[in-house]
Amino acid sequence: MERVNGPLLEVAGLRGVAVLDVIDVGPLHVPAEVVSIQDGRLTAEAFEYTGGLRVGDGAVSHGRPLSARLGPGLLGGVFDGLLRRLEGGPTWLVPGGFGEMKSNASWPFRPALVELGADLAPGALLGTVTVGSNFEHRILVPPDAHGTVTQLAPAGTMGEDDVVAIIGGSPVTLCEEWPVRRARPARERLQPVAPLVTGQRVVDLFFPIAHGATAAVPGGFGTGKSMLLQQIVKWADAEVVVFVGCGERGNELADAMADLSALVDPTTGTSLRERTVVIANTSNMPVMARVASVYTGMTVAEYFRDMGYRVVVLADSTSRWAEALREFSSRSGELPAEEGYPASLSSSLAAFYERAARVRTLGGAEGSVTLIGAVSPGGGDMTEPVTSQTVRFVRCLWSLDRDLAYARHYPAVTWRHSFSLDGETIANWHASEGRLGWAEARARALALLAEADRLDSVVELVGVSALPAHERIVLLTGRLLREGVLQQSAMSERDAFCSPAKQTALLEMVLAVYDRCLALVDGGLPAAVVEEFDFTAVTRARDETGPDDADGVIRLRDEVLARIAEAS
Amino acid sequence: MSTNARSGSEMSVGPLGPIEYSGARRVGGPLLAIAGVEGVGWDEIARVRLPSGEVRHGLVLEVSGDVAIVEVLQGTSGIDPALVNVSFEGRPFDIPVGDGWLGRVWNGMGEPLDGGPPMLGRERRAVNGAPLNPSRRDVPSDPVFTGVSVIDALATLVRGQKLPVFSSAGLPHLDLAAQIAAQANVAGENFKVVVAGMGLTHADAAAIRDVLETRSAQGDLVLVLDTADDPVVQRVLTPRVALTIAEYLAFERDQHVLVVLADMTSYCEALREVSSARGEVPGRRAYPGYLYSDLASLYERCGRIRGHAGSITLIPVLTMPGGDITHPVPDLTGYITEGQIVLSPDVHAKGVYPPVDVLSTLSRLMRKGVGEGRTRADHMALAAQLIASFARARSARELADLIGAEALTETDRIYLDFEDAFLRDLVNQSSDESRSMEDTLKRAWNVASVLPERELTMMPRAMTAAYYTGNLREGEGGLGADNDPAPVRASPPMGDDHG
Ligand SMILES: Nc1ncnc2c1ncn2[C@@H]1O[C@H](COP(=O)(O)OP(=O)(O)OP(=O)(O)O)[C@@H](O)[C@H]1O
Ligand SMILES: [Mg+2]
Repeated sequence: MERVNGPLLEVAGLRGVAVLDVIDVGPLHVPAEVVSIQDGRLTAEAFEYTGGLRVGDGAVSHGRPLSARLGPGLLGGVFDGLLRRLEGGPTWLVPGGFGEMKSNASWPFRPALVELGADLAPGALLGTVTVGSNFEHRILVPPDAHGTVTQLAPAGTMGEDDVVAIIGGSPVTLCEEWPVRRARPARERLQPVAPLVTGQRVVDLFFPIAHGATAAVPGGFGTGKSMLLQQIVKWADAEVVVFVGCGERGNELADAMADLSALVDPTTGTSLRERTVVIANTSNMPVMARVASVYTGMTVAEYFRDMGYRVVVLADSTSRWAEALREFSSRSGELPAEEGYPASLSSSLAAFYERAARVRTLGGAEGSVTLIGAVSPGGGDMTEPVTSQTVRFVRCLWSLDRDLAYARHYPAVTWRHSFSLDGETIANWHASEGRLGWAEARARALALLAEADRLDSVVELVGVSALPAHERIVLLTGRLLREGVLQQSAMSERDAFCSPAKQTALLEMVLAVYDRCLALVDGGLPAAVVEEFDFTAVTRARDETGPDDADGVIRLRDEVLARIAEAS
Repeated sequence: MSTNARSGSEMSVGPLGPIEYSGARRVGGPLLAIAGVEGVGWDEIARVRLPSGEVRHGLVLEVSGDVAIVEVLQGTSGIDPALVNVSFEGRPFDIPVGDGWLGRVWNGMGEPLDGGPPMLGRERRAVNGAPLNPSRRDVPSDPVFTGVSVIDALATLVRGQKLPVFSSAGLPHLDLAAQIAAQANVAGENFKVVVAGMGLTHADAAAIRDVLETRSAQGDLVLVLDTADDPVVQRVLTPRVALTIAEYLAFERDQHVLVVLADMTSYCEALREVSSARGEVPGRRAYPGYLYSDLASLYERCGRIRGHAGSITLIPVLTMPGGDITHPVPDLTGYITEGQIVLSPDVHAKGVYPPVDVLSTLSRLMRKGVGEGRTRADHMALAAQLIASFARARSARELADLIGAEALTETDRIYLDFEDAFLRDLVNQSSDESRSMEDTLKRAWNVASVLPERELTMMPRAMTAAYYTGNLREGEGGLGADNDPAPVRASPPMGDDHG
């Protein structure tokens, strides 16, 4: 070692090292990533605290870039950005004292029907192990292996390093390694067709996301990014969820983990923890591992995608990742572009979001990785570099609005600055499922919300009494849509998740009330009278019916309509 | 940084004790460059001896070849590079730990300010601390009572939470911070308070000492005071010293500890000054690009650990320059903390103390710390209802200001009364008044009861049945509404808390 300046290290005399290779430095083997090499001098960024490192300390190379250890030990686990196990690790994370990468567990293995002597290509199924109570973890020929099978392990209990098969003369173990910055290959990209059901009305009804698509969730602090992401961790209809806590809070992670352990997956009957991989590089953990954490998370997701599963990756927050990139590049002397971020920011973001896709895997199955990233714009300024660049690369934007959050309108997704490019695809899907009115109801509601906003600003100037009756009904409907459909408390026992059928029923209820009220004022009833009706049944329906109780909503709707008829 | 688990790496201490190097190659800003060094580790502490015999402390910022760059904590004024002697201690900046900190007043580096003896102890901890393994954290889930109604009722502080106070110049945030530090308790359990002042004026420092005298005399308080005329590098250490003491009390002595850090804006300015002296690339508003991570390395030191009885709850206090919440200091703080208490000049102008802006105030962990068995079953719903109603009152007020109160609907006019009652009967209190939770909740219900019952749409009916004290006014309740007038009910006996 020749120089130590915080995480920035300079090492001389180490041969056979390539850029991005990992080296271990000093007596405590602090891992560091090589960022440049000049005249035999390596510049490296350490992944841990470098206090006490001295000129003259030794360094050894791993001989390969940062890689993830992929295997059946992932599901249900909590890892740091380098995929080291945090559970069972020490209380205080100090150099030399982080957790292990390896899992010592073993799993029941069942070989697939493979004939010895057959020629196998990457992605071919070798067998399965059962993880947790009933997750079928498929062991495939890794992307970089192929050839004749000369040996296949019989059924039995296996650990991570046990050999499953010998292919082309090389052993394939239960676990494989993959460099995290490289996307895992697939046969082809497929078009999105079906929505990822999140159970959150504002998302599923208005700005839906397809399996294999991407979404960004920008919002100032406290607007509800983490909450929305965690709702999706809990309720998304996916087989595997990867949550990357990137530079965020420790308490939040502890809370999320406790929630996941307590919740039961309705389709499998097991705890939601069992389908989740948590990568936790909280804000007080070393900054450089934050850069790695999103790549690590993506690699883990692709690994499960390759087994033919639908995977969701949630990254909270991609801004902290971008900031770590900025720190990294400013220390290594790169010329800063906007706000000190490196000029490569936009290509890094694009490359990351591009890794999400619905694919035909090498083995021929269909799998997908859906990516949802929180964005934390400095000062809530949506024009800052990370937000404005990210928006260009995503298919859905769920913008969170501080005014809505202050008014405790949660989720604070604003219908003004959000979009989904997959609305039509998903409308077709709903139609194919028999929900023919879905697209029309959605369009009507969005139009009413926009009109109500316009009228609100008129009212601020002239007062509500200056509006014609039918416009006052639009205003009223805007409120009912906001309170009865869009608002959805993550804390509600009955309403935290809402099934597609109940979603549609709630929306149609408000539209029916609108039509009825409009007819009344057209018939001459003063708008002020209609406004004083008790609409609490409409706004409470979401909470007073179960998560999938569309019929209950329809019953309530009929009662409300009847009462309106009586009162008028 | 390596605290509780020591890293074990020996640094530049030879068998004969530290080697002393004489003479520096360069002095500038807070930095000294020492040449010819051997075996000096990064982030080690250096002893800088002046010819006068004065000893200052420094940190190793960089080692490169045989040169070490040292940042002198007390600044380099008066240092002649030819005449200075520097030795390296082989360990990061650390302090002794123990109970001896309690009941005393210290400066930002942990030296006595009260004329008492220095803190001694065999056990030492590095002030930077170490990151807590997130999988070892326990979820915060019990309240801290501050005796301040608006906080206890609407933004309850939870043990292990970090909840900042965002203020503006000229508002009584230091009074509020001192009041909370003086009154806070956890109903019967051991409770300690560590207050760190950064960049305080002497007058403010004296005022804080005054308010906290009783608590200090009881041996429950540690005061670490860095004043505006102290060196900026020391200011950067002040919160770290305070948090290191707190971590010891909480996680090695099983105490519940409240840490108050005021004023974080002064801290950030010190950090900016130090960063620019180091020649680092500036980020937004010239604050260093790592401001977020640096603040997180302080704020994240609060919390609970599984298997430990103690907790650290943190209240950073900061002034928003120009009242601007998007300024990097409040902005990045808000991105790390679990909610915020916002003070507003408008509320202050109405003569209300504490001048809390309820709508932008939020305790994100509140729902974990309140409810049956913690405060009372109706607490969370009541708080949500009051805030929602206050938001409605606020828009009614804005409308009234624009078009006149006569143009408002009857209901909106009641909301104006509600707003008045809210500020007068719930929020406003005196800076030495500590209110019980029962008193606070009773006031909250009385304020809610200014509204007709049908407006309390977020309250489960069972709760309004138990606590609502209003009744339907003449002419209220339009067509189709639940028309039965609500019977007038006496308030149920308070203190009948369900837990
Ligand atoms: N869907 C929701 N239902 C109920 N409450 C919500 C919801 N979304 C947000 N909140 C409230 O807002 C608070 C802040 O939400 P959250 O932690 O998700 O914000 P954030 O955008 O992630 O902020 P930061 O950038 O600081 O991490 C929550 O603690 C909760 O009180
Ligand atoms: Mg968040």
